[in-house]
Amino acid sequence: MNMLKGAKGFWSSIVLAVVFGIVMQFLITGEIINFFYVNTLYFIGINIILAASLHLIIGITGQFSIGHAGFLAVGAYASAIITMKLELPFALGLVAGGVAAAIAGLIIGIPTLRLKGDYLAIATLGFGEIVRIVFLNIEYVGGASGMTVTQLTTWPWLFGSILLTLLVIRNFTNSTHGRACISVRENEIAADAMGINTTYYKVVAFAIGAFFAGVAGALYAHNFFIIQPTNFGFLKSFDILIFVVLGGLGSMSGAVLAAILLTIVSTFLQSYPELRMIIYSLVLIIMMLYRPQGIMGTRELTSFFKFGKSAKGGVNDGSKNTVA
Amino acid sequence: MEFLQQLVNGVSLGSIYALIALGYTMVYGIVKLINFAHGDVFMVGAFIGFYSITILDLGFFPSLLISMVTCAILGVLIERIAYKPLRNATRIAALITAIGVSLLIEYGVIYVRGAQPEAYPGDLIPATSIDFLGVKVSSQSLMILGTSVVLMVLLQFIVHKTKIGKAMRAVSYDMDAARLMGINVNNTISATFAIGSALAGAAGVAFGMYYTKIEPLMGIIPGLKAFVAAVLGGIGIIPGAMVGGLLLGVIESLVSAAGFSLWRDGVAFVVLILILIFRPAGLFGKNVREKV
Repeated sequence: MNMLKGAKGFWSSIVLAVVFGIVMQFLITGEIINFFYVNTLYFIGINIILAASLHLIIGITGQFSIGHAGFLAVGAYASAIITMKLELPFALGLVAGGVAAAIAGLIIGIPTLRLKGDYLAIATLGFGEIVRIVFLNIEYVGGASGMTVTQLTTWPWLFGSILLTLLVIRNFTNSTHGRACISVRENEIAADAMGINTTYYKVVAFAIGAFFAGVAGALYAHNFFIIQPTNFGFLKSFDILIFVVLGGLGSMSGAVLAAILLTIVSTFLQSYPELRMIIYSLVLIIMMLYRPQGIMGTRELTSFFKFGKSAKGGVNDGSKNTVA
Repeated sequence: MEFLQQLVNGVSLGSIYALIALGYTMVYGIVKLINFAHGDVFMVGAFIGFYSITILDLGFFPSLLISMVTCAILGVLIERIAYKPLRNATRIAALITAIGVSLLIEYGVIYVRGAQPEAYPGDLIPATSIDFLGVKVSSQSLMILGTSVVLMVLLQFIVHKTKIGKAMRAVSYDMDAARLMGINVNNTISATFAIGSALAGAAGVAFGMYYTKIEPLMGIIPGLKAFVAAVLGGIGIIPGAMVGGLLLGVIESLVSAAGFSLWRDGVAFVVLILILIFRPAGLFGKNVREKV
């Protein structure tokens, strides 16, 4: 009975989301909302995918990866090569971006995921930098001056990608594999002792997260006219990290909400880049000092609609704040 | 001779990395925190040095001293305001706070003085060079090397011969036991931050002299490389940081000399990943097994 109820909520939220997507499509094609807002909407969408994909790595699996911009870069360049150099269709570019980033995730994940905490953080940070330097030095993709890309990202592609990302990550989290990942987050040594192949689950989560970051990279690349290695530095990684941390480590809806909120805020602060970063960093510090679990903790948005109902032992692990 | 020349360049660059790495390694050894803001303390040190030379019209050594003192105060402030409340929090919370502090310093400086770079006055030390076995050693390199060596010797003296050094070693070994033995842990940690930040400040001035260009975001890359140096030598081990810094400087110079200068910044990270994979405890460290 409980399962059925959960499934009903799941399907109705998908229907709602699709209706929202179609309405937005009409608003965009009918030019009811102007170009500035459409552009902001695209940014929000890309950031949602990035936030959700990093959420899977940090929030669910507890692997502190801070080189996410590296996967974004791999996806962006891979898809741009497919569409611009090889002149293949955009859909293929989107998939290629994801696959290339997932491969990069495997390459970096298999050796470094044996490391823990701080060491992993610094290794992934190093990886992000290496990716940037590699693209900086390859003439085929334009080196420092970057690569010109035609604008191919449209609302249906973007919306479809967001929906797919959120669905896959949600279902992964609620599956056996997701639970294994959560157990790795809570206590890796204990999970190992319980017979969970921790390395395997960490690598899987890393590869899935990287895949969607790559898809976001493809959308990102085809939303601009030019991509340059400087777009994918530390600051980009930190931006994505802030979404996840602010939303609550372990809450996908938290990460999505934070991505929406912060993208809107930074759009308004675009003409004051320094001020934006100062506000960002202050938010980060104050948040960690007074509410280290983030806005949502490990709760999901749906748990707020379950007041009075039996929320115990439900879809997620309640309001525990035990992220390592 | 070319090889020797690159070795000399590498050693001067490496001594700067070593100075920054010492701060990282000391802080990590005592509170187990990657102090991301350390590279920015280094940047602030470079700017304080610059302003004391140009505006206050001071010489090299007074500027160095002012820079070190200011950075020590800054380091203690950062520790007291941002890190101390989080001493019992999760590692991720502490790491994120450190990233936040780092961004705050970077963009705070840009907000106050703008992002434009500044040219370090080059005439502070008479620019002569000594020929040594056919290798040119500039007076600036010698000065940087000399300053670094003196500071490192001083640090070894503080850590091994003074009371506060003994307290630092005790706290890094076991914080709770040290507290039970009557050591003021908070003051000891502050002292560690002060000494580490002072070294970063000195490195900032030395960097300015060596590269003659400073800017608000200059702390990021040298800071990360210094961290790599600390990991290379075994994080938490003071001689390890010195050797790691020098080694990294030499590796970098040799890579540049081999014609891969564009890849120079990447080399440090490749070294990092290799060392983490094959010898995560660093060259000087021992492997410790974690228990539940």
